Amino acid sequence: MTDISLSAQTHKSARKVDVSSDAAKARIRARYRSEALFKGYGIAALVITGAFLVMLLSNILMNGLPSFWQHSLRMDVPVTAADIDPSGKGDPKEIAAGDFAAAARKALEAQFPGVTGRTELKSLTRLLSAGAGDELRRQVVADPKLIGQTVNTRLLLDANADLYLKGMGASTTSRTARGIATPTGTTGTIKILTSANDFAQDFANVKRLLGDRAALLSTEAARLEKGNTPDSLAKAKVARAEAAAFKTRYDQPKTVEELDDRMPSTLVEINGGLVKVEKILDTEIEGTVLLPLKSTDDSKPGDWKIVTYGVPESNRKATDRDIAFLERLQAKGVVENHFNTLFFTAGDSREPELAGVRGAIVGTVLTLLVTLGLCLPIGVMAAVYLEQFAPKNRLTGLIEVNINNLAAVPSIVFGLLGLAVFLNYFNLPRSAPLVGGLVLALLVLPTIIIASRAALKAVPPSIKEAALGVGASEQQAVFHHVLPLAMPGIMTGTIIGMAHALGETAPLLMIGMVAFIVDIPQGLTEAATVLPVQIYLWSDLPEPAFKAKTAGAIVVLLGVLFLMNGMAIWLRKKFERRW
Amino acid sequence: MDTMSTPAPMAAHQVGLARNANAKVFAADVNVYYGEKHALKNVSVNIPDRSVTSFIGPSGCGKSTFLRCINRMNDTISSCRVTGKIAIDDQDIYDPALDVVQLRARVGMVFQKPNPFPKSIYENVAYGPRIHGLATSKSEMDEIVNSSLEKAGLWKEVKDRLQESGTGLSGGQQQRLCIARAVAVGPEVILMDEPCSALDPIATAKVEELIDELRENFCIIIVTHSMQQAARVSQRTAFFHLGSLVEEGKTTDIFTNPVDKRTQDYITGRTG
Repeated sequence: MTDISLSAQTHKSARKVDVSSDAAKARIRARYRSEALFKGYGIAALVITGAFLVMLLSNILMNGLPSFWQHSLRMDVPVTAADIDPSGKGDPKEIAAGDFAAAARKALEAQFPGVTGRTELKSLTRLLSAGAGDELRRQVVADPKLIGQTVNTRLLLDANADLYLKGMGASTTSRTARGIATPTGTTGTIKILTSANDFAQDFANVKRLLGDRAALLSTEAARLEKGNTPDSLAKAKVARAEAAAFKTRYDQPKTVEELDDRMPSTLVEINGGLVKVEKILDTEIEGTVLLPLKSTDDSKPGDWKIVTYGVPESNRKATDRDIAFLERLQAKGVVENHFNTLFFTAGDSREPELAGVRGAIVGTVLTLLVTLGLCLPIGVMAAVYLEQFAPKNRLTGLIEVNINNLAAVPSIVFGLLGLAVFLNYFNLPRSAPLVGGLVLALLVLPTIIIASRAALKAVPPSIKEAALGVGASEQQAVFHHVLPLAMPGIMTGTIIGMAHALGETAPLLMIGMVAFIVDIPQGLTEAATVLPVQIYLWSDLPEPAFKAKTAGAIVVLLGVLFLMNGMAIWLRKKFERRW
Repeated sequence: MDTMSTPAPMAAHQVGLARNANAKVFAADVNVYYGEKHALKNVSVNIPDRSVTSFIGPSGCGKSTFLRCINRMNDTISSCRVTGKIAIDDQDIYDPALDVVQLRARVGMVFQKPNPFPKSIYENVAYGPRIHGLATSKSEMDEIVNSSLEKAGLWKEVKDRLQESGTGLSGGQQQRLCIARAVAVGPEVILMDEPCSALDPIATAKVEELIDELRENFCIIIVTHSMQQAARVSQRTAFFHLGSLVEEGKTTDIFTNPVDKRTQDYITGRTG
């Protein structure tokens, strides 16, 4: 008896937690260290993720938000019967078909009375969008009495002009000149002489560029010579000759230099006109008049300016002449920056300034309606049956595993299935929201079934028992009590599934929803496209203006996604119940 | 073989026990299996109407299993198999022709944890009568809800907030609401599975008082872990041990003069 109690005693003391020894202290330090490290890793991971997210979002917003604004010309446009209603019958159809673009063109030309040359006028009217007269058309069709009057309206600018005005243009700098300048004419090619060496800086700049080019060509020639084939040697010879020519020009100090479109543009703003410099010396230039001068009077120091467009003309969409016109229009105050409603009300177009996301949004809505209409009832019923009624056996186990597997199938496979089954076998129309919705329904169904089952499982069995206890049938217990309680979870799962479907592109490419579709779809069987596919299409186009449109469409897509996810969170919070 | 009138307690699991004339619930040779597990062995018992019968015994002895057989709640467990005969008023409740939903309307149940529906107090009580079509008008339904809450002793406390959620009540009130819900469908038998185990002593006292009142109109069967509770509320007591019904009789006899050694050990705290 004593032995037993003693051994119990020693046993107890051997098991006592060691708190004072060095080993124990080291153990505690190690524990604290690992905890601190773990915390550090967690914070670092969060910070990195957050930084990427901020970078991504700010990049998208910075690129996309400008596409929500558009520049137009706000001006008075004379609406003449000759353009709009040549027969004079006042037939609305004829009025709608009137040449409003001509009216817009004439109004713009009236802003530049001195510009008369064919190329100059062509360059001027190119600033207007192909749809510049659309706003005017709307106004006149709504009120035919406007014919013969002057209408204040908005003329849409071309995408390239719009881009320039949005500051994606030429990085313009200007400086006031010190000498007295004397122009030799008001239009055509003129010379301007100055009493000081005002152009010395630009002249030196040109020389430096020539020197750079000579050096570049020499390097290129040396590289080609190393190739040592007859072909490369011949090329090297040409490069050497060019380099030598540039070198000669670079070495001659005081000869007139010609500017080309690979150099920054230099312009002179004088006597109310603008001259593009083509030949330069430090006290004298020769160039083309872009905007006519008022007179050939001498211009005093401080009254005239030298303007430089830092980006060479060959590297930008807006030519020097375009810029001259736009700057003048802006100075006159007719340029208006307004919210780009067209972006939300128009379908796709080959003209960036006329392209909008409405067609894609309507296509998306129709597609998602089909998806939701199929997924929600089928998914929820399947989940209810599997969770509440189905016997737990091998077959239901197999079905369960396969539903989970389906959720992980790459989406393009569903696209192929849609192509093979819906298009080829059932002969449903290509590019239609109906087929898109069917394919996306296949994609989302497993997600909804899994989410619904989880939501049903989360309802405590006591609720069902309570219902059965008062004599409800199994079905009544499920539909009166379990399902309503699971509904918030089901809705959350459904919305997240729909958000997944909203962002899906690959399967829709397979069933032909990738076409260029201008018309806004009116029904489930009409050709349509969806937002992510529209983004994909635009991102493929070479025009820089479509880059902004792409980002703008991404902003819209993200906005819709945030809205849907926000709704899911709101639903969850609102209907969350605790037992 | 008139067991009911026999003053002394007797072993009730004997094969061939006959139905007593005034028994509300009668079980003969009931065996329950959960898959391979033999959970209830040859239980035979007569339970009288308008009285409280308590089932006592250590955990896992089969008392809850037997209780859940009486309204066929065990049907919801797919692995569960029941043999033998259970009758209410001489009607076999495992008869394939019998509708289990109607049976459950006749045999109400109150669970261990209060489980009101997350709906209004009114809806909680009105749900049963509504699905069984007991009321044809709003006023009739109001009357049923009123009288059920009255019977459950809850009317005074909740009459001004019938539209508030049933889950907002205190634990004891919730359990009485569950009793009102069970009473509302007008059952003949009420099964209670440890109805007070989640309640504090004051709420427990109220529920016990209520059980005593309900005895006037219903046949009540209560499973409890508390021997004091069994002694306080029940007229008859059945002791279960390892799946068998060891002994059944008047509560006073079971607690003061048990026949079986196992019963004696359990009520004196030596086993269980």
